[in-house]
Amino acid sequence: MSALWASVGLSEVVAGIMVLALNAYVLMGGADYGGGVWDLLATGSRRDRQRELISSSIAPIWEANHVWLIVVVVMLFTAFPAAFSTLGIILHVPITLMLVGIVLRGSAFVFRSYGRANRASQRRWGRTFSIASTVTPILLGIIVGALSSGNVGNAAGRVGAGSFRDVFVAPWTTAYAIAVGLFALALFAYLAAVYLAVAASDVELREDFRKRALAAAIVVFAAAMAALYFARSAAPLVIFGLTGAPWAAVLHVCTAFAAIVAVVALWRRRYRGARIAVAAQVSFILWGWAFAQYPFIVPSTLTIDAAAAPRITLELLLAGLAGGAAILIPSLRYLFRTFATAAE
Amino acid sequence: MTDLFAARTQMALSLGFHIVFAEIGIAMPLMMVLAEWRYRETGDPVLLQLAKRWAKGSAILFAVGAVSGTVLSFELGLLWPKFMAFAGPIIGLPFSLEGFAFFTEAIFLGVYLYGWDRISPRAHLVAGAIVAASGAASAIFVVMVNAWMNTPTGVTMRNGAIAGVDPIAGMLNPSTFQQALHMLLASYAATGLAVAGIHAALLRRKPDVAFHRRALTLALAVGAPAAILQPLSGDISARTVAQWQPVKLASLEGQFETERGAPLRIGGLPDVAAQRTRFALEIPHGLSLLAFHSPSAEVRGLTAFPRDTWPPVVPVHLGFQLMVGLGTAMALVSGWALAVMLRKRELSERSRLLLALAIITPFGFVATEAGWTVTEVGRQPWVVQGLLRTSEAVTPMPGLVVPMLLFALLYLGLAAIVAALIASLVRETA
Repeated sequence: MSALWASVGLSEVVAGIMVLALNAYVLMGGADYGGGVWDLLATGSRRDRQRELISSSIAPIWEANHVWLIVVVVMLFTAFPAAFSTLGIILHVPITLMLVGIVLRGSAFVFRSYGRANRASQRRWGRTFSIASTVTPILLGIIVGALSSGNVGNAAGRVGAGSFRDVFVAPWTTAYAIAVGLFALALFAYLAAVYLAVAASDVELREDFRKRALAAAIVVFAAAMAALYFARSAAPLVIFGLTGAPWAAVLHVCTAFAAIVAVVALWRRRYRGARIAVAAQVSFILWGWAFAQYPFIVPSTLTIDAAAAPRITLELLLAGLAGGAAILIPSLRYLFRTFATAAE
Repeated sequence: MTDLFAARTQMALSLGFHIVFAEIGIAMPLMMVLAEWRYRETGDPVLLQLAKRWAKGSAILFAVGAVSGTVLSFELGLLWPKFMAFAGPIIGLPFSLEGFAFFTEAIFLGVYLYGWDRISPRAHLVAGAIVAASGAASAIFVVMVNAWMNTPTGVTMRNGAIAGVDPIAGMLNPSTFQQALHMLLASYAATGLAVAGIHAALLRRKPDVAFHRRALTLALAVGAPAAILQPLSGDISARTVAQWQPVKLASLEGQFETERGAPLRIGGLPDVAAQRTRFALEIPHGLSLLAFHSPSAEVRGLTAFPRDTWPPVVPVHLGFQLMVGLGTAMALVSGWALAVMLRKRELSERSRLLLALAIITPFGFVATEAGWTVTEVGRQPWVVQGLLRTSEAVTPMPGLVVPMLLFALLYLGLAAIVAALIASLVRETA
């Protein structure tokens, strides 16, 4: 632990804020994707009402939630340009596919909201929205999986030497990366189901999303186990971080505690408590990954310090972030307060 | 098709697609908030209807702008990783500020669109004003990045690598003010006059519809002054280019030889092999006068510079002629319309003015694309003028024609869908 703190400098602080922004994106933007998953899986006699609740919950906020991703990307290329460059080269294919998903998800959602009211058109855009919402998180997870496995860093050394498959495809088409992709999807769907249970204004709909949340909790557990299973051979750094590092035990206890509280709260229909617990659980998982690959930003070839921009850039970036946060945080509070819903 | 050309094409397509939505995203919220403000002042229900209609248009166009902007932020790394590794520490700062401006815009657009019944009328109007202001701020920050690529300041180089950076000096480079002003005016002129043109066309068929009359007046209030000011801003821009990017100036003017008292060429087709521009209408001393404010000033021609630092001269020259021509037409028609409005005459009874406005509907967006071509193609072969060549910045990944075609298809489809949606939005009131 002391070794960890001793090496914390300006670049680690910036990296930490970047993970914080990613955390915000996962909790807010991630849940919007999860909403799309439940749109795809809407069933039963209340199918249309489920879809209406999803749509009305995310409509006013999804664009603001989406900007967290842009904040992460901009921080990455400002503060760690070498890492951004490596990711852009090696993960060109999955990032491009994710972008197509982002474009289709966002545009289909507004086309459905503002387009012609006829059923065929509504159904077409609804289907596009929900499929894109399901595929995009898998790709995001695959990107994280490929990065944390160390494959990206290794492939960067073979650019120009290895084959196209070897350098630009193999690093992210591993069982581990795909398992992380499915894990990300399960987490986003879990978040969304709990948020929707809070937002539902009647008992029946709330029960629908409670059941979905409990099912998602099981899938999250299974996906986590699968990812850990493949990580043993594919992502030694992650495994070491999650088992050997001094902070690992604390993190496991916190994650497990949050996970159990979330399920118990859902079981006992304590929805607001469940929302806090599930958000905490997802955040602990994200920070677990971040700490596991520390001090690398691209394991195991590029450290945070080695990738960092000049000091003056980092200082100005921090000043800019502080100024931006001073405007942003009250604005976001206002947004969420204005559209706070039923259960609150 | 080489990988470099495919990457350039994909970037050009993405920017060319996004810039239209960005312009509308800057100007449309201003129009919607003006309509709401006039409604609160006068109580005229037609103005409320107009504010809501424009808000709906803003919502669709903003969303497409937001997702295509996301694509661009990633594409910088997907297509130009070495440019980003080189320039990230400098241009990242204005991009970060743009991120916050965009965040504010997205938050308050959500509040505006869905908050009609949830917040007070005053708060609602303020939310709209914040959307309009933060849209303009995003444009300024993003244009700073492009201005830096044209006139990079704040970097010290040693042996081809950056030895020191001063991001603030980079942001305040010699092109920032001119380019930001030009882009903002372009946004208001293009969007305002496009909306005015649509309603002018509808008024020619049905002169009595109050909705179209109000829409025309408000759209002109945003578009016409900007279109009239734009030639002045263009003059400032051209003089900066003359001083800092003489090769770009020579290309956009089709000036091959260095000469004193250089003529201004209107139209014409540069013949790069013969090193002369044919078929142009030449105004003696015009270029020296415009670019350096002195009729006998020396203008350096392309031949004064190494051949491998010339941009593709033909598209740059033609793009510039097109932009200036369309901009001039927009300024003239705007002057005409403002003259009618200032004399308190009814616009909807001026059938020839309505026709002129209808004709120039797309001019602003075409001029924007042409102007963007001038500044981007005119900087080639550099991605960062004088410091980094575009060919050195491109990703080593082969097969770039595939993602280029993928995004071309995606944008083509989106453009068609958005056009159809906007058309049906217009028809609802026609």
